[in-house]
Amino acid sequence: MAVLECKGLSKRYGHTQALDRVDLAVEPGRIVGLLGPNGSGKTTLIKLANGLLTPSEGEILVCGMKPGKESHALVSYLPERTSIPLWMTAGQLLDFYQDFYKDFRRDAAEEMLQHLDISPKQRIKQMSKGTREKVQLIVVMSRAAKLYLLDEPIGGVDPATRDYILSTIIGNYDPEAAVVISTHLISDVEKVLDDVIFINQGRVMLQSSVDQIREEKGMSVDELFREVFKC
Amino acid sequence: MKWQFSNDAPIYAQLIAQIKVGIVSGAFPPGERLPSVRDLATEAGVNPNTMQRALAELERDGLVYSQRTAGRFVTEDKRMIDAAKLGLAENHIKTFLLAMTRLGYQREEILDLLRQETTKEGITDGGSGM
Repeated sequence: MAVLECKGLSKRYGHTQALDRVDLAVEPGRIVGLLGPNGSGKTTLIKLANGLLTPSEGEILVCGMKPGKESHALVSYLPERTSIPLWMTAGQLLDFYQDFYKDFRRDAAEEMLQHLDISPKQRIKQMSKGTREKVQLIVVMSRAAKLYLLDEPIGGVDPATRDYILSTIIGNYDPEAAVVISTHLISDVEKVLDDVIFINQGRVMLQSSVDQIREEKGMSVDELFREVFKC
Repeated sequence: MKWQFSNDAPIYAQLIAQIKVGIVSGAFPPGERLPSVRDLATEAGVNPNTMQRALAELERDGLVYSQRTAGRFVTEDKRMIDAAKLGLAENHIKTFLLAMTRLGYQREEILDLLRQETTKEGITDGGSGM
């Protein structure tokens, strides 16, 4: 069964069509890149999957269910902006996540924090932007979820942090779960992805595997993206 | 091992080529156990399914074999490794010859240049490593 499925999914904000009859399915075990220029509908799609927005038309299903209380337990979400409480220490954040989510793997989170030399006693407020993003990704990836929705996980961090984030995603790979990564920094994530979904002006323009694109077009996904979305 | 990727070829094909180099050069010695798919994927910074596909293909070619519970191992068959080495060498030579032909060199000129260059550089057996 698909972990994430959209059928004729549309979302309008007033007169703005954010998503236009989107059909797609993400199978377990896949790491999928949701790629598109700014304002193409990536975040809207992710928010719909989280139940933060409701569809104007069509439907979106997470593990066969409409987004709601049951699906939240299966989805681990990294929002576009840092949303962890700044007054907490890293250790308190782990307590918080452990309280909230049955599937939280505390030992995995502690190990990752230790690996980055982040003390559980350090306050999130005192951390740099890059460190905050790492901590947030750590708690998100430490859940044994069925669907990880990562909205721009590598935007605005230095290349070393980017590498760390991507290797964390690879290191936590679970064949039963799917990962959806929205980004426009394609060349950085390309090697980590199974499949890519190109989205523009709310429409799915292309859904293919990375190696299929490279094989058929003789170019990287990044190059293809630049060609398709040439300004 | 250092992993590098170009834009013009599928990633699994590049992984196959680089693991072959690792086996031929002894970075993955004959009979030795390979790291797990997850560890190799993390090290190379690639998707685990893509790494799995590359290893499956190497297995089909016989360069690696799996033992049900113990993992994947490099073949102990020296002839097989030598054949892979020759295959890699032939690819390098083909690329080189194509580039030289494009520059307008004839076969004899290429061989002369090659001879000159190898004496100049003092390249001996096993002189320059990877």
